Amino acid sequence: MTVSPSGSLTATTVTLTGHGGDEIEAYLARPEGDARRGGVVLIHHLPGYDRPTKEMARRFAEMGYDCVCPNLFHREAPGAAPDDAAAVGRANGGVPDERLIGDAEGAAAYLRALPTSNGKVGVIGHCSGGRQAVLVACNSDVDAAVDCYGAFVTGTVPEGFVLRITNLVDQLPRLGAPLLGLFGGADSHPSPAEVAELERILTELGKDFEFHSYGGAGHGFFAVDRPNYNVPAVQDGWERIEHFFGTHLEG
Amino acid sequence: MCTYSTVKAEIDGSAKGPGSSWFHVTDVTVYFDHPVHAMAEHTLNIDFAAPDRGPSARVALELTADSARALVTAIQDALAAVPAEMAV
Repeated sequence: MTVSPSGSLTATTVTLTGHGGDEIEAYLARPEGDARRGGVVLIHHLPGYDRPTKEMARRFAEMGYDCVCPNLFHREAPGAAPDDAAAVGRANGGVPDERLIGDAEGAAAYLRALPTSNGKVGVIGHCSGGRQAVLVACNSDVDAAVDCYGAFVTGTVPEGFVLRITNLVDQLPRLGAPLLGLFGGADSHPSPAEVAELERILTELGKDFEFHSYGGAGHGFFAVDRPNYNVPAVQDGWERIEHFFGTHLEG
Repeated sequence: MCTYSTVKAEIDGSAKGPGSSWFHVTDVTVYFDHPVHAMAEHTLNIDFAAPDRGPSARVALELTADSARALVTAIQDALAAVPAEMAV
């Protein structure tokens, strides 16, 4: 991985082809220079395609990766403010899993088509995006996946949700990429028991995974704009991500 | 977490929102999840919306759980105080 010492990068809005051939908006951040490098698909959380998520995209570019974050609510609310778009998306039942997979595959294809691509693509998501990163790694061709505190990878989804989701237990045998999991020890969704269940299942399946739980951290500890931001967990977490992607996305 | 739990209802009323304009609201979505602006990890969020006017036709509230309960109590008290001859 060639990282620009200056941290110079470019970031812009692009259009890529997502699920069903739909053209959707995405945020693209790229390091300066033409060195070959891996790509990162960043999945935004349910509250939307927001500023803190775009900050993460720029961080991945600063780390030396081409990073693209598809706007999962573009279809419902093109051009709307991210929070308004998220409200529409939620009211409409959230992002269907099949559509999410198609959009992530479109984002991965976009990255692999860049002239700087080394062909490797990782996927990362936080919160609902953590579950979706696992979903993608079970259904699509990616080289690494990072699940940051995604609820309902295991566990029981309460009945009657407007948002139509299931856990991913029946899909885990198809997990096709190394998985890094970062969790809050004080989180309740996913709870430590649900994380332990995931760890047990992946062990039984012989999957390549690495989990870290941070004792004092609650849910959403990477979120820079909320009270649960946890400096020790964030510092170690970013180092784990850097090492993990450095291992699996090298060309 | 992003709790996923979401409750929807159809309503009939008006709200004053974007651009200080009044608009007719037809839908309300209530959920307990991460706020955009309030200083809490999770809040009780209420979106009053008019979907036929587009995504920005929305009045959003993000209340701490205690504040949401206080709001429920206030609404119930206000409705309970309506004189019988005015009740509908």
